[in-house]
Amino acid sequence: MPAVLYIVLLVGVPFALSIAYSFSDVTIGDQSIDFVGLETYERVVDNPVFQTSLVNNFRFTLFSQVLVTTLSIILALALAQDFPGKWFFRFLILLPWVTPIALGTVGWLYMLDTIYSPFDYVLRELGFLANVEGKGGFVRGLTDSLQSLGLVESDTALKLNCQVRGEREVCFFNMQWLGQDQTALGSVIAVHVWRMLPLSTVIVLAGLTSIPKDIRDAVAVDGVGHLRAFFEVTLPLIAPITGIATLFGLIYTFTDVTVIAVLTKGNPANETQVLPYWAYLKGIQGTNLAEGAAIALFMFPFLLVIAVLVLRFISRREVT
Amino acid sequence: MTNGNYILRQVARYGLIYAIVTLFAVFAALPFFQMLVIAFKSDADFNNPRENIPFWFNEAPTNEHLTYLLEETQYLTFIWNSLLIGVFVVGITLVFATPAAYSLARLTGRQGERLGILIFLVYLIPPTLLFIPMSRVVSFLELQNSKWALVVIYPTFTIPFCTWLLFGFMKTIPKDIEEQAMVDGYSRFGAMLRVVLPLALPGLLTVVVFSFMLTLHEYIYALAFTTTSSEKPISVGVTTELVRGDVFFWQSLMAAAVFVALPIAVIYNLFLNRFVSGLTMGAVKG
Repeated sequence: MPAVLYIVLLVGVPFALSIAYSFSDVTIGDQSIDFVGLETYERVVDNPVFQTSLVNNFRFTLFSQVLVTTLSIILALALAQDFPGKWFFRFLILLPWVTPIALGTVGWLYMLDTIYSPFDYVLRELGFLANVEGKGGFVRGLTDSLQSLGLVESDTALKLNCQVRGEREVCFFNMQWLGQDQTALGSVIAVHVWRMLPLSTVIVLAGLTSIPKDIRDAVAVDGVGHLRAFFEVTLPLIAPITGIATLFGLIYTFTDVTVIAVLTKGNPANETQVLPYWAYLKGIQGTNLAEGAAIALFMFPFLLVIAVLVLRFISRREVT
Repeated sequence: MTNGNYILRQVARYGLIYAIVTLFAVFAALPFFQMLVIAFKSDADFNNPRENIPFWFNEAPTNEHLTYLLEETQYLTFIWNSLLIGVFVVGITLVFATPAAYSLARLTGRQGERLGILIFLVYLIPPTLLFIPMSRVVSFLELQNSKWALVVIYPTFTIPFCTWLLFGFMKTIPKDIEEQAMVDGYSRFGAMLRVVLPLALPGLLTVVVFSFMLTLHEYIYALAFTTTSSEKPISVGVTTELVRGDVFFWQSLMAAAVFVALPIAVIYNLFLNRFVSGLTMGAVKG
């Protein structure tokens, strides 16, 4: 079959090549593969950025998928009902999945911007961020006290922006969402949740609607309370399909490079770096193909585990 | 009494549902709403984030940034590149996936399904794992820094997924129909061409839409293999050419993103259920 040939040529060959690369010292300048054993791997693992990236990969994936799975069940339960205007809400809720992720993330880039962030505007209006004179504000007060306790190193939480407007100079404060370690990590997780929630919700929703009507009727006749009915009947029934939604979420989030590439580029100071984007920086931009391949291959064991889980899910379905 | 109770409970029920869906809808749609508003904001309005509401127009909206986008940047080139890549990838995908799905569907017993699942698993191998060695393939084909590199590479994930989708579709077409056609004197190939394909038309349409969508969503290959702006597709073009260092052309950038994103969203939305039933191996009818 020609299709199989095409795939083998363009997936199998690169995959083998990638393993070969990782044991060699290939660069874009010098394409010959000279084997150097584990040297490339050692160099990669010794780099402190490697640890941050690996931890981040798991941190982003796990945090966002726990949130996505929980929220998607709540949302799917709501969308399983009939109510006027449902198609419109459904359309809005699906937007983050059906638009190209890079373009959606551009929207977040603006929303989390250092100067223009609308979140900062709301915080300022509500009095949480310091006012023009730099006084007051809950966030300001919080960072001040953390600073006096020695828990925060410097006054990075708030940046003073001053602009000359007419005759007076206007200053205001900002959160710098993508400029500080903690808020940057939180922002990346939030964007991942935003992106994956729609897909997970439609899959869970499909599971919900495929529950046979007689089961629902039987439960209703038995007069079981709503909460009990949910935990004892609905949840076990949608567990397998929710599981597969989560598996896809894990794969997509773990290997995603776009959110980081558009939103933070791994900044501040590699604090939000992840393996695939670091592989791109090293391998393509830094022209060190060997290191790039080795970095990317560190994602493989995780993917293998997920693939095995997907297969087990399928084979279980075949038995029933 | 019971009646009043019933009405009260219905009100509470709808109240809760609307509260939940509104909350999520705002979370999902807020970035797009912001992009739309910002795209038409005048400079004076936009540059006053201290006093002006970012969520609406404080001064009359303007389309000067849209004009700038269309006339002064390579926005239209990016769109053209994306369309070109999409059309060719769809073509390649159809040529390879259709016969593959057909023969899988006609294999006897479980064999076909097993092979189908194997092909589907290839779709799950992420581009982020393969893009580095793929650069070797690209330079071997002498397609460095060219959109044609993407035309060759993208089918590696569109073919597996679409073969799987079509496989599910072709299984539902009864064998008897084509056997009848073969009795009537058509060859197997002729039977496939004249009897099976017309019946599989909805499935083929789905494949066309999805391979197109998948190429529009892809990012890392395009980022790695196109470097001059005349070769870049839309996602990469907008995020690398219109974001220049620390100087953002915010309004044009927002316009660029949202005016491509929304039409894609509408089309994809119509076909999403088929995508979901493909992903879940037909375990649920989306």
